[in-house]
Amino acid sequence: MAAPTKVSTAPDPALIAFNRFGLGARPDDRDKLTGDPRGYLKAELRQPDIAMITYDGPAYADLLGSTPAIQASMAARFQRKLDKDMAKAAAKPAMINAPGMEKTAAIPNAGAMPTAPAKAPAPAQPPVAAPTKPATPPVEAILYKAEAQARFDKALKAEVGFVERLVYFWSNHFCVSVAKDNVVRASAGAFEREAIRPFVLGRFADMLTAVERHPAMLFYLDNQQSVGPDSRAGKNRQRGLNENLAREILELHTLGVGSGYTQADVTSFARILTGWTMAGREGRLGEPGSSVFNANAHEPGDAVLLGKTYPGGGMGQAEAALDDIARHPATAQHIATKLARHFIADDPPAAAVARLAKVFTKNDGNLRALAATLIDMPEAWSTPLDKMRSPFDYVAAVRRAAGPGPANDPGQSLAWLNALGEPLWQPPGPNGFSDQADSWASAEGMKVRLDIAWQAARQVKDIGNPDDMLDALIGPSASPETRQEIARAESKQQGLALLLMAPEFQRR
Amino acid sequence: MNLLCETPHPSRRAVLMTGGALFAWAYMPRFARAADNRDPRLIVVVLRGALDGLSAVGPVGDPDYAGLHGDIALSLTGPHAALPLDSFFAVNPAMPVFARLFKANQAAVVHAAATGYRERSHFDGQDVLESGFSGPGHVATGWLNRALENLPAGDRVATLGGLAVGPSTPLVIRGAAPVLGWAPQSLPEPAGDLAARVLNLYRHRDPVLAVALQKGLDADRMALDDQMGAKAMKPKGGLDSAAGMRQAAQGAARLMSADDGPRVAALAFDGWDTHVNEGGATGRLATLLGGLDGAFEEFEKGLGERWKDTAVVAITEFGRTAQINGTVGTDHGTGTVVLLAGGAIKGGRVIADWPGLKPAQLYQQRDLAPTSDVRAVLKGLLADQFGLSAAVLGDKVFPDSAAVKPMANLVA
Repeated sequence: MAAPTKVSTAPDPALIAFNRFGLGARPDDRDKLTGDPRGYLKAELRQPDIAMITYDGPAYADLLGSTPAIQASMAARFQRKLDKDMAKAAAKPAMINAPGMEKTAAIPNAGAMPTAPAKAPAPAQPPVAAPTKPATPPVEAILYKAEAQARFDKALKAEVGFVERLVYFWSNHFCVSVAKDNVVRASAGAFEREAIRPFVLGRFADMLTAVERHPAMLFYLDNQQSVGPDSRAGKNRQRGLNENLAREILELHTLGVGSGYTQADVTSFARILTGWTMAGREGRLGEPGSSVFNANAHEPGDAVLLGKTYPGGGMGQAEAALDDIARHPATAQHIATKLARHFIADDPPAAAVARLAKVFTKNDGNLRALAATLIDMPEAWSTPLDKMRSPFDYVAAVRRAAGPGPANDPGQSLAWLNALGEPLWQPPGPNGFSDQADSWASAEGMKVRLDIAWQAARQVKDIGNPDDMLDALIGPSASPETRQEIARAESKQQGLALLLMAPEFQRR
Repeated sequence: MNLLCETPHPSRRAVLMTGGALFAWAYMPRFARAADNRDPRLIVVVLRGALDGLSAVGPVGDPDYAGLHGDIALSLTGPHAALPLDSFFAVNPAMPVFARLFKANQAAVVHAAATGYRERSHFDGQDVLESGFSGPGHVATGWLNRALENLPAGDRVATLGGLAVGPSTPLVIRGAAPVLGWAPQSLPEPAGDLAARVLNLYRHRDPVLAVALQKGLDADRMALDDQMGAKAMKPKGGLDSAAGMRQAAQGAARLMSADDGPRVAALAFDGWDTHVNEGGATGRLATLLGGLDGAFEEFEKGLGERWKDTAVVAITEFGRTAQINGTVGTDHGTGTVVLLAGGAIKGGRVIADWPGLKPAQLYQQRDLAPTSDVRAVLKGLLADQFGLSAAVLGDKVFPDSAAVKPMANLVA
């Protein structure tokens, strides 16, 4: 696509606050933001636990921590296996009373999930002959939907949504994909709540450690199966090293590609990371579904990474390595570039990147300091709003503008994200979704946005005056053409759909 | 060991044996196309995540293959026997359509191929593969778009533009030449003239969005005009599922078979990064290969009588380790396969200067060593199908690649 040739005037600071930093204004929001958009954004950073999702309210009854969520998934899987075995046994009458059959007992039905962990088989019950297909969706689907609901609700309740935007940024930086397997499908939402949200205004090194040892990441990038060749497990079994997690930590999570590490560093780091795994259903290594260190799978001995020797000795070896990588100048540069690209421009101003990198290093990766620096950057307030809202940002902004509000079924929003090419927690690869305007201004994407704007507008029961909505959502900097096109709309629905398609609503 | 692996084909063999010296002759422009009633089409399928070429097309005749690829190695015996292509190579049994086309001389394989990229980052590797530059860092335009851009002014293929399938445009076809975007859609159509009004607003305020939306509307109209109608096109899955691949191919073929439809298309299929439990003749990779095979079938069916002039090429950023890893999968590697299909392809051949699989023959003692350049294959196709000269290909389409000669005679 050719370089943007759109007309860009000096952006309105309130629009910058809501669209560049936040999730878009709700109809009454602009009134609250009088005079000091920077101060308003900073106030959001000061609210205690602003990034956290709480379990209050019946809407969140299905939210689980990753450990019970994975246990529920394991239990459902175990039940499926039992059902299958029994169906087989039923097909062979002679086998039904075979010795040992009684021992493989049924556990509570998967339909009763997701609250029943499967630590040990429940007391024996007579096997049911023919397993009937449960009418309830799979437990992973229930969990995914509950997590999606919590995420959308949080987006709708946020005042400006700068901290939510930071959560999405880091969640995409450290992405996992539910397409990987049921463990990730059951725990992707919990992963964001447990490994991203608590640290989004904390230290980068803490987020890094929490992410890399989380079962969702260990499964997504295959480390749970990686075994040190000279470890006890490696010698006993026919398993060995898998370098996927090690490579992506260096390439995507920290240093960045081309920053000087070698294939030898990747392999060495993979050895260091062996043993970081998840406890299985039998609970031999710990609470099933929890993150554990398996000393039996850990490659013994010292290891050299980026020229530094990390002495052998268990879990601390990888922790020390991660701590050093988190502080590496290349990491500061990589993170600074991505943040500036996300919040300022596809080709971020070099000075802005340099300042962010400096703040990152000086404050030992303090992400609150980094967020405050972004707010204070003159470039963030002077650069034209040329980026495109990502699909999630767009859908959130549509909901904030046109409803419905929190506590509504997330099904339609999820379907919109699929159609827009950004299915929730399902990026095409470990580098996450694109953060470039071109990717989201595609022909197909714009056609889908048009369809969505129309569908959203049609669902609003009482639209009011679209011209007033333009003032409430975009404000006085709306272009005369946008104003005119909305004023001329043939219906209120069409007027609202035009507003949701206006460049001022699409760009950020 | 330099084994030339292809079914006997005198002219082809002669060219390969003599090395690069004879390549230049092949590029007489084919501007007599109208006269011979050819109407060439080119479809590029990008397999993102690095396809294990040794599991797609297994060198079952190589004595070291089974040992390296272990439990997932293809074999000519057993319940899921691979489908032999010649005396040395066999294709994964998940690809019966490809095997059939191969027998009908409408499919070919280039083995032990790689781009010029020798690191192992997916994302840089994909950028190199799709941008056509010799190194990473060029993400504005792709080689397929630049090929269109460099056709003679007024050329019909250039005028009709390209087609990008999927919710986002693959880099390979991004650039200045016009590209139509299309993906299966399922949302209700806006009523009235909303689209026209939004377009009018964009034309005044945001020309970039105006162009994008106009193209999106055009593509949708073309796809829906078909007799199969909208109902048949409900999304069945993402482009990392077998059903999704098949459906994407179906839609692309329909758009491309139209007389005034695009002659060039790009599709991207995800999910080939098989680090764990890759599977061989069955399993995860086989499922994906089955999806790709389904896509070949849809292209063949959908293009109908135009299939005879069509070339489909499937490419991936790099291959995977020759030896399976500790988790019955494979890690990022180097050499892999390029799959070619279509009535235009001079098929029935596995084109390979086989490097061997002994430790010293492997690239960095770990990967299938590359002996063919993917760019040579792509250049050959662009030259044969659209008459692009070696000079333009080496300078504009694949910058700084004059040393990589177009592979001759890929097209029948």
